[in-house]
Amino acid sequence: MQLIQSESVQRVLQTLQDRPLYLHLEMTTGAYASHRDKSKITASAFISNAVIRYSHGTIAGQGPYRVGLKTPEGWVYAEGLTHWDENEPNRLIMAGHDQQGRLIVSLQLSVEPF
Amino acid sequence: MERQRHIVVLLPHPDDEGIIAGTLARHIHNGTPVTYVCLTLGEMGRNMGNPPFANRVTLPIIRKQELEEACRRIGIQDVRMWGYHDKTIEFEDQEKLADRIERLISELEPSLIYTFYPGYSVHPDHDATGAAVIRAVKRIPAHKRPTVHCIAIATGREKLLGQPDSVHDVSEYVEQKIHAIHAHQSQVQHLLGKGTLDDPIFREKYSREPFWEYRFNE
Repeated sequence: MQLIQSESVQRVLQTLQDRPLYLHLEMTTGAYASHRDKSKITASAFISNAVIRYSHGTIAGQGPYRVGLKTPEGWVYAEGLTHWDENEPNRLIMAGHDQQGRLIVSLQLSVEPF
Repeated sequence: MERQRHIVVLLPHPDDEGIIAGTLARHIHNGTPVTYVCLTLGEMGRNMGNPPFANRVTLPIIRKQELEEACRRIGIQDVRMWGYHDKTIEFEDQEKLADRIERLISELEPSLIYTFYPGYSVHPDHDATGAAVIRAVKRIPAHKRPTVHCIAIATGREKLLGQPDSVHDVSEYVEQKIHAIHAHQSQVQHLLGKGTLDDPIFREKYSREPFWEYRFNE
C-alpha cells in the first residue's frame, strides 16, 4: 500500500459513484487489546460485502484522512485513513495503520465482491 | 513423550501452531504422523508492516503461504485449511462444526488431539475451536476417545486451571520452532518481539510448552 494521495482517491471515488458496490468497512483495537492492558476494552466491528450505492463521495483532511459517502438513506463514514492501494482497478482499498503498521480502520469499495 | 498412533491439531489461525511447534517437531521426529487443521486464514489480522506490504485483500494469500512454509519447517506433511473466516468460528453452526470435526476424527483415528482450552484461550476463535473439538470428542464413547491436550494462554492460567498436566521440554527443537515462527513474516514482530535465541531468558521461555489435559467429567 502507499500513502494516500487525496486527489487520486477523490478521482476514484467519482468514478465509483452512482453504481452498486460491495463495501468492506472495519475498525479494530486488535483482538488482544484487553489481554495486554486490562484497562482497555477489546472492540472491533466489520461489515463485509454489504451492497451500497452513493451519490456523492468525498475524501477530506490533511492526513490521516476522512471519507464520507452519501447514500440514498444515510452515510458511510471512516476516519483515520492513511494508506491506499493505487494499483487496484475497479476497486478502492483504503486503510489506516498505526506507527507499528497495525491496521486500525479500513474502508474498501469494489465492483466485484471481496 | 510417547509415540502416538496419529496426532490431530486443530487451531484457528496460521501462526497458532507456533505455540506448540517444539512439541509437534518432537512428535514428528519420533515418527508420529501429524495432521494440522487450520480453520481460518487469519484474514482479519492487523499486522500489515510499515510500510504496509499487505492489504485486507492480499493478507489471506500471504498468510496461506506463510502457513505452508511454517508447516514445512516443522515437518507437518498433512495441512488442511478449512476456509472459515477469521473471527467467525463462534458464530458458525456449532453442531455442523462439531460434525465436521467428528468426521475428521473417524477418518484419522487420532490417539491425541491438540487444541485450545475452551474458555482459557483469550481470542474468541481459540475458545470456539477448542469448544467445538470438545463437543465432537464428547460424542465418542469414553473408552474410544482420543486424549485431548489443550493450550491455555489466559492470564493467571495456573490459578484458574491448576498446574499443567505436562510441560514438554523442547529445548532440542527450539531453533526449529523459532525458525517455523519466522515463516510467518507478516506476524513475526507481534509474535516474538525483538527477542532472539542469544538471550537465555528468551530461549528458556520458548523451550517449555505446557499442556492441560481436558477432563471429560461425565
